[in-house]
Amino acid sequence: MIKKTAAQMSASLTSGETTSVALTQSHLDRINEVDSKVKAFLHVDGENALAQAAKVDAERAAGKKLHPLAGVPLALKDVLAQEGVPTTAGSKILQGWKPPYDSTVVAKLKQAGVVILGKTNMDEFAMGSSTENSGYGPTFNPWDLTRTPGGSSGGSAAAVSAFEAPIAVGSDTGGSIRQPAALTGIVGVRPTYGAVSRYGLIAYSSSLDQAGPFGRTVLDTALLHEVIAGHDPKDATSINAEVPNVVSAARSADVKGKKIGVIKQLQGSGYQAGVLARFNDSLELLASLGAEIVEVDCPSFEFALAAYYLIAPSECSSNLARFDAMRYGLRTGDDNGASAETVMNATREAGFGREVKRRIILGTYALSSGYYDAYYGSAQKIRTLIIEDYKKAFTQADVLVSPTSPITAFKIGEKSEDPIAMYLADVATIPVNLAGICGMSLPAGLADEDGLPVGFQIMAPAMQDQRLYEVGGALEAALVSKWGGHLIDQVPALGGAK
Amino acid sequence: MALTYEDVISKYEPVLGLEVHVELNTESKMFCSCSTTFGAEPNTQTCPVCLALPGALPVVNATAIESTIKIGLALNCQIAPYSRFARKNYFYPDMPKNFQISQYDEPICFDGYVDVEIETEEGPKQFRIEIERVHMEEDTGKSLHVGGATGRIHGAEYSLLDYNRAGIPLVEIVTKIVPGTGKYAPEVAKAYVAELRDILRGLKVSDVKMEQGSLRCDANVSLRLIGSDVLGTRSETKNVNSLRSVERAIRGEMIRHAELLNDGKKVKQETRHFQEDTGLTRSGRSKEQAEDYRYFPEPDLVPVAPDATWIETLRAALPERPSLRRKRLKAEWSVPDKEMAAMINADVLDIVEATVLLGAEPTKARTWWLGEISRIANEKETAIADLSITPADVAEIVALVAAGELTDKLARQVVEGVIAGEGKPSEVVTKRGIKVVNDDGALMAAIEKVCAEQAETADKVRNGHVPAAGALIGAVMKETKGQADAARVRELLLGHLGQATS
Amino acid sequence: MSSLSRDDVAKLASLARIEMTEEELVSLASQFGSILDAVARVQELNLDGVKATSHPQPIENIFREDLVLPSLTPEQALSGAPAQEDQRFRVPQILGEAE
Repeated sequence: MIKKTAAQMSASLTSGETTSVALTQSHLDRINEVDSKVKAFLHVDGENALAQAAKVDAERAAGKKLHPLAGVPLALKDVLAQEGVPTTAGSKILQGWKPPYDSTVVAKLKQAGVVILGKTNMDEFAMGSSTENSGYGPTFNPWDLTRTPGGSSGGSAAAVSAFEAPIAVGSDTGGSIRQPAALTGIVGVRPTYGAVSRYGLIAYSSSLDQAGPFGRTVLDTALLHEVIAGHDPKDATSINAEVPNVVSAARSADVKGKKIGVIKQLQGSGYQAGVLARFNDSLELLASLGAEIVEVDCPSFEFALAAYYLIAPSECSSNLARFDAMRYGLRTGDDNGASAETVMNATREAGFGREVKRRIILGTYALSSGYYDAYYGSAQKIRTLIIEDYKKAFTQADVLVSPTSPITAFKIGEKSEDPIAMYLADVATIPVNLAGICGMSLPAGLADEDGLPVGFQIMAPAMQDQRLYEVGGALEAALVSKWGGHLIDQVPALGGAK
Repeated sequence: MALTYEDVISKYEPVLGLEVHVELNTESKMFCSCSTTFGAEPNTQTCPVCLALPGALPVVNATAIESTIKIGLALNCQIAPYSRFARKNYFYPDMPKNFQISQYDEPICFDGYVDVEIETEEGPKQFRIEIERVHMEEDTGKSLHVGGATGRIHGAEYSLLDYNRAGIPLVEIVTKIVPGTGKYAPEVAKAYVAELRDILRGLKVSDVKMEQGSLRCDANVSLRLIGSDVLGTRSETKNVNSLRSVERAIRGEMIRHAELLNDGKKVKQETRHFQEDTGLTRSGRSKEQAEDYRYFPEPDLVPVAPDATWIETLRAALPERPSLRRKRLKAEWSVPDKEMAAMINADVLDIVEATVLLGAEPTKARTWWLGEISRIANEKETAIADLSITPADVAEIVALVAAGELTDKLARQVVEGVIAGEGKPSEVVTKRGIKVVNDDGALMAAIEKVCAEQAETADKVRNGHVPAAGALIGAVMKETKGQADAARVRELLLGHLGQATS
Repeated sequence: MSSLSRDDVAKLASLARIEMTEEELVSLASQFGSILDAVARVQELNLDGVKATSHPQPIENIFREDLVLPSLTPEQALSGAPAQEDQRFRVPQILGEAE
């Protein structure tokens, strides 16, 4: 049962073939069986999950009209506040904290009757591309347990690719949904900035953060997208507009006559051969489906990584100031009449990991007087240029495409001592975040040299998220028919899935 | 060396700068829907947003924006067509996010002025205080320092934090530097704060209670040698929480600076705290390095771009400037200075004006509010505004007296009745059966009755001992239940007993 | 070649309220050269006349009505407090004055 797609599970629940309690229990069993190897979860909330499942089953039995995902289990990135459930953002500084409120995403999931299995591992405060920066140890890639699942939403991606959950919520500040989706062979979407409420999403970089869905298929991802998206008055940056009809777009899956723009700057040197090969295969497939492939030029993308690594650390240096040992979370060094200031300093030293401290210091520097214009100010201007590049490119194409990640899943520890090498993992995903538009990664096959999944990235203008699903759905259908099944079916069995 | 104020001003010219923080009287906080009620139990008015729980986001209170624009307009400011919030980053335990959402280089209002008038030796003199900017920000929580001898921050063992106040909307009004006030600097500063208070009160955007901290003033003072154009080093005095303190703090700082300068010492650029008890300031704990607030645009909020129609609607609805209004009313009502001051002190100007606008004669309206009604309010230890008597009631009573339907004495009973909740004046008159007996026949009957009962006294009056009439008049008044006009009774009585009434 | 000294990093750490160990200060300072070189690429272009973007979506004037909604209970508000007393957050002695 756990091998089914969320859409199939939904059908089985509707037909009475199974119950949500049974479905939830089989996922809890799977977690119990494999998560000691994958370490996707920080907290498994079995009791509440089964209670929620039972509630949905009862509602279904009573004939209540339910959302298609009602009773379907889900894994939640630990960056989202859930009332009464430990929420840490992967940081020791929040160990044991239980929010007294629900994030809007969680409120929407509960409203739809989705069953939340637990909280998934992540790079601390979403800072990282490998989930190795978690305060609670790394997550392992189900395709090869010596490798990272990518990050920062590595726990959510690994849970879905290891069949511990059919769908999951992640967050994407510089590629943190799309890159792990690529490295674990699943689908991940970063919706348009402002499409999914950030209320209750523990902030890393406010102007870049966006929660989004993971699934094993384009349709599953669309179903979840539709649940979590929508205007929220509690988030002033939330877009007050209809949610694009992503589910019907995923079902229509049509690219005939569509113009697909290949971004010149997001390929070539630095990209692994197997990654480029699978990317080009996918382009050929799209062309064979009647799409027109064009090349577009986005010259300022060359500076996107630099702009990102100024903007995100700057915002994070301020966003993370609230972790000060006064109102919640860790407090250390409170002895011998230590002052509040001393306790703050000691707690932040003990509670934050290396990468978080590195980015806080970098951001503090970039915003400090005398350096603001040269760093933060210039980065904001580069951001304008990137937006303009996209605008121009979208006059030439309906969607833009690139490999999601220049490389396949890397070994645990391989890049953890070299921050610059790690930052390069986000080179193709970051422009989307800077421009506030939407992007999808879907599996394009396995790289010849290492047999690991390759992600194909699709980008669309703001609030045109349905285009991702139209093109993604069409490409997925073509690939599945070429392969004779979904790529994820080739993932190693781990515990021997039923 | 100790100097007198005269010594100081003979040598130095003070340069002022005033920053006033005003707590707006919105129902909810600046960025969340928690109540702003003063004096609630600790931490009962907090939520994820104002406690800065992870994940919480601010959303701007529309009324706070509107109030700030009104303030800007009342202070003759330009209103920015586009302005943004910025984060001011610094760590402090009473500030939950460890940054304050404020405004930096894009304040919502800028370039205004306020004219104030003070009494000088040469008569009334006007000073123009130029306003640099008016911007929005949020208040901090409150800390209670426990342990140690003083309950103050120094020597405390630990602190207890209440975040009810955290996130209450604040408007900061910053002046440009104010030179040229000379020896009147303290009075000008006081008059400016008083004028601001009156303007804000007139706009109804704040409670402006300095004692509760809803209006707080920081005073920057520096001295320069007379004739020099080099500005001196300034000190910034905080905690100035009454109008009188504004004056005292500035005078005190001027003397302190002059003493340092005369002794060849330097004035330190620092924050100082005003001590109400001594009238002196003390140094704040000096920081090893200047704070670097690392301002940047608040990414959780979008720009404020008020459209011109909105601004013009607000401008058109602005109340009259308090100083002009006071002048106008004083002239229209021909009120002596002392009486005018009494009305302002008792805060009855609005209510008297409303009463006059309903047709009451100004002197009468003023006398009722300042006299009988104020007396009752004092007795009940309540504010005049909280009594259940309205300008319309008072206007009606004044009209009844003017029409001869009530005497002043009866009118006081009616006022009492209205305040006691017995209804409108006419209802009180009916319910209590109050009316002036001005039927001479009825009065004569009462007079004849009384003169018959007290024949001996009546004879005394007949024989020319007029003072004896008092007892008879009193008896007649009693007979008519106080509803007669005493003057008329006297006239009729004396006529009846053959005495002239001139 | 940009760089930050150990003392520069120490100053930033103090602004950011992080009590770093000597080893951390030295190692961060050594990494900052290459990190700053990478991010300093934003200065390579002539950006005169380019507007700064601080927010990706062109929206303005998002306000909420001035309405009071229920707050957390004090128990909820204080539920995560490392220490509390008399319905208040108990914190170590505060040295500096407020702003």
